[in-house]
Amino acid sequence: MRNDTRPLLSVRNLRTSFFQDEGTTKAVDGASFDVFPGKTLGIVGESGCGKSVTAQSILRIVDRPGRIVDGEIVLTRADGSEIDLVKLKANSREIRSVRGGDIGLIFQEPMTSFSPVHTVGEQIIEAVLLHSEVGKKEARLRGIEALRSVGIPKPERRIDEYSFELSGGLRQRAMIAVALSCNPRLLIADEPTTALDVTTQAQILDLLRKIQQERGMAIMLITHNLGVVAEMADDVVVMYLGKVVEQGKVDDIFHDPKHPYTKALLQSIPSIDSTPRLKLPTISGSIPHPFNRPKGCPFHPRCVSAIAGRCDVEEPPLQAVGEGRKASCFLYP
Amino acid sequence: MVAYVVRRLLLAVLTVWAISVLSFMIIHLPPGDYVTSYIASMSASGSAVSEGEANALREQLGLDKPITVQYAKWMGLMLQGNFGMAMEWGRPVSDVIGDRLTLTMVISVAAIIFTWALALPIGIYSAVYPYSFADYVFTFVGFIGLAIPGFLLALVVMYVGFAYFGANVGGLFSPDFAEAPWSLAKIWDLTKHLPIPAVVLGVSGTAQLIRIMRSNLLDELRKPYVMTARARGLSEYRVIMRYPVRVALNPFVSTIGYLLPYVVSGSIIVSLVLSLPTVGPLLLKALIAQDMFLAGTIVLLLGVMTVIGTFISDLLLMWVDPRIRLGRQ
Ligand SMILES: Nc1ncnc2c1ncn2[C@@H]1O[C@H](COP(=O)(O)OP(=O)(O)OP(=O)(O)O)[C@@H](O)[C@H]1O
Ligand SMILES: [Mg+2]
Repeated sequence: MRNDTRPLLSVRNLRTSFFQDEGTTKAVDGASFDVFPGKTLGIVGESGCGKSVTAQSILRIVDRPGRIVDGEIVLTRADGSEIDLVKLKANSREIRSVRGGDIGLIFQEPMTSFSPVHTVGEQIIEAVLLHSEVGKKEARLRGIEALRSVGIPKPERRIDEYSFELSGGLRQRAMIAVALSCNPRLLIADEPTTALDVTTQAQILDLLRKIQQERGMAIMLITHNLGVVAEMADDVVVMYLGKVVEQGKVDDIFHDPKHPYTKALLQSIPSIDSTPRLKLPTISGSIPHPFNRPKGCPFHPRCVSAIAGRCDVEEPPLQAVGEGRKASCFLYP
Repeated sequence: MVAYVVRRLLLAVLTVWAISVLSFMIIHLPPGDYVTSYIASMSASGSAVSEGEANALREQLGLDKPITVQYAKWMGLMLQGNFGMAMEWGRPVSDVIGDRLTLTMVISVAAIIFTWALALPIGIYSAVYPYSFADYVFTFVGFIGLAIPGFLLALVVMYVGFAYFGANVGGLFSPDFAEAPWSLAKIWDLTKHLPIPAVVLGVSGTAQLIRIMRSNLLDELRKPYVMTARARGLSEYRVIMRYPVRVALNPFVSTIGYLLPYVVSGSIIVSLVLSLPTVGPLLLKALIAQDMFLAGTIVLLLGVMTVIGTFISDLLLMWVDPRIRLGRQ
């Protein structure tokens, strides 16, 4: 394990469930991972595996009927003190100073992430006023600066526009500006480029990298695009059905995946050397409905190397499978 | 934007004209005319009207002319600000309607204020705590309020007021003030009489509004911008009041337009039961007597109120919703 630095954020055994009449969805089911200062952690997994709910749990903004049932989320604050975010009340002053202050959040949908009846400026200025001791005038100047720093042209004018007046790319930049306006030490980006075209995607990723270098901020990058992870991340966490099935450095994961699910994921992306017109391998079966998750290893019904009588009975723990990496699979002792 | 306003204005004028034609036609739909119903009511009270007298009356009122001519004459008078004579009353229509129109407005506005003041907070609460105990209680009470006809509620309120409090809850004035000229004391008397009719008239609207606010807000609360507002560190109260509630209120602005005429025409029976001196009962009587000047004027007034209200709503909506103001593509 790396013990060169203390993690900025340490998630331990996080469980978040949605309690509905139809049943309980264990959206996050015992996830553990660390985010280190100045580094980028990529979180990958299929749709519905609990990536967004993990992000929402960290900020304690999970929507009803969802609730954190167990686990710890330890944040190291700027002064070196540690707080467990799970222990805070959901509307307490402390957690509110973490939201937007220590941790900024960007969402997948730049279209609907801004209020349709407030200007971009109103929403940035509000954040600045909330987290720093400045007046309205100064807050506005900082808002304009924030917009400028994410490459929005004519920020003095754009600040008074509504989000629907901006193009998709500018809107996502504005979203990043709001998230960064109070200098967070961790930026959680939940699929920040999914809704954008490929060129704009690349620009936004470049922007995130540039900002990270300038400010030494940590990024938790949630995506199901493995290409984005390969390009951006230092460390990778692979999630399946609310669990972390593998984690490690980006090179290790991409060149020597251990967990069968990670292997399958990597095989399903086209590469420059793959034979043209050959059908890409897909992962057989589909994600089980969250109400009836399989017994044993959650991946065993779709796993090509499942060991009958073992994988469908016991649940493999997440354990070290080499230098600085872990996987939860019985193939590795 | 100016072009938009001008277009709306032109459309409004056209609509008012169409309403005038329609209301004139509807009033003429029932068989017979004012004279027939006059004869019927006279013979009911024992005195007969001769053929000659009837024809003279028809001629005097212009009822013997073709319907198009009657309409033209009526419109001609209207445009000069003369609404004609209320036949049954033998007084100018404007005289008969006068005070009643003001009182109708006062009651309607009071009912609307009551409705909003009660419904919006309850709707917000129900959406923020859906399926909570209080939400169920509000839903239950709300549906009962929706299901009880206004006149029945009026009767119950009157009975309870009379039987248990010895209060005469009908009317808008105490007997001393009913015929008195306007004074501060009379206004105060009116204010004291206002709550009951306002509540009776507002109950079903309140129940409706709670449902609408609840579902509007539930939709808005699910939108990502609410979560981003939370992620910025705002307190829960500010998140909800400043963002989703603000957006959920927009549709209400567009209903302000027809609230007034809706309450006025919905209040006829309640006004009869509570013996309120409003235009509602007047319209009913005028329709029964086939008094086309009086009925026509009231129907036209309601129409004009709707058109003006809608126009104002459109302007307001443009003001509160930048998506409409800036013509989102
Ligand atoms: N508000 C909610 N109410 C009920 N269930 C929810 C809610 N939000 C999420 N879930 C459930 O939690 C599980 C995880 O959802 P989550 O949004 O975290 O997936 P994700 O990994 O972010 O997927 P995607 O890639 O599609 O964004 C899903 O099964 C989803 O149905
Ligand atoms: Mg998601």
